[in-house]
Amino acid sequence: MAEEEHPEVLPEVKEEAAPGEIHPFDPTKKKKKKKVRVAEEEDLEAVDKVTEKVDSLALTSTAGDGIDSSFAGMKKKKKKKPVEGEFEEENGETIAEVNGGEAAEDEDEEEEAEGIVLEARFPWEGTDRDYKYEELLGRVFNILRENNPELAGEKRRTIMRPPQVLREGTKKTVFVNFMDLCKTMHRQPEHVMAFLLAELGTSGSLDGQQRLVVKGRFAPKNFEGILRRYVNEYVMCNGCKSPDTILSKENRLFFLRCEQCGCSRSVAQIKAGFVARVGRRKTTT
Amino acid sequence: MSDLDIQIPGAFDPFAEANAEDSGAGSKDYVHVRVQQRNGRKSLTTVQGLKKEFNYNKILKDFKKEFCCNGTVVQDPELGQVIQLQGDQRKNVSQFLVQAGVVKKDLIKIHGF
Repeated sequence: MAEEEHPEVLPEVKEEAAPGEIHPFDPTKKKKKKKVRVAEEEDLEAVDKVTEKVDSLALTSTAGDGIDSSFAGMKKKKKKKPVEGEFEEENGETIAEVNGGEAAEDEDEEEEAEGIVLEARFPWEGTDRDYKYEELLGRVFNILRENNPELAGEKRRTIMRPPQVLREGTKKTVFVNFMDLCKTMHRQPEHVMAFLLAELGTSGSLDGQQRLVVKGRFAPKNFEGILRRYVNEYVMCNGCKSPDTILSKENRLFFLRCEQCGCSRSVAQIKAGFVARVGRRKTTT
Repeated sequence: MSDLDIQIPGAFDPFAEANAEDSGAGSKDYVHVRVQQRNGRKSLTTVQGLKKEFNYNKILKDFKKEFCCNGTVVQDPELGQVIQLQGDQRKNVSQFLVQAGVVKKDLIKIHGF
């Protein structure tokens, strides 16, 4: 009987662990908490069901022990919840570990973590000495990191996904994630389109699903190269290399203003210039 | 007084910078090398923005000999003369222009995919 019961309990525990492991990818705190709680409730219900089953099955002493231990784990988890919420880092991991049934070890780890954080925050605590610059700096960064972990990263890299390209018939190419890329670059699709078409030396348009249809055969690699050039010319800040820039038009001139360092530079007029060049090109074959 | 007034702007030429910029803008005189797709896997290379002092026909002749392709000089109403070559000759063209000392390397802009 006991051996039959255990496998029923264990899968439940594993299922708990699964959602816990996904959580670290959630950027917001609130979501995390909510989800965890829901999962917890479900799990509790599940465990309750199990216990009911067990009761009906007239348990042996060993089976009862097993369930008890699992219950203990649940209780501890609940108690820890608020504490874990304060520590942003690796919430999910700790939860997963708790779910894994290593409750005792986990407690120790958490206590350690608490101690470390407190020390890092206030190394001057309990003494009368002045704060050192490095300590305060560290404190600021810790707070920053806790409040918004995205910002505090040393270097944020915006990653552009590779262009997805389909062939429409034999003579047209469809650039599927054109809009996505425009959004990641924070540029008007018209602007990007003008550049792309000018560089490719063809004509094209946006279709109903906001994809770019270009006349001619092009490989994804071609688009990538052109987009790279576009980013270098019209997105990247010259000073700090950050892509966090705004393109604005003043007196017929395009200016690129960086949001990070505030520098601005003029940018070769894409539309008129490039359109003119395209118009110039003769398609006399 | 009036002499002085005239002399002062004479000493400081307000257009010096503008002229300098013009020569700077001369650095913007890029030679654009482009590729255009034709039917099938055929393509066309255009060379635009070579200095007007050059004899386009002579350059074209050398191009043709070097790259074993045909080509022509097209007269464009807006942009003057443009050299057209058969096939994707972008690399060849830029290499040739640099080697022959017609254009500096950083003044060549290669467009296209």
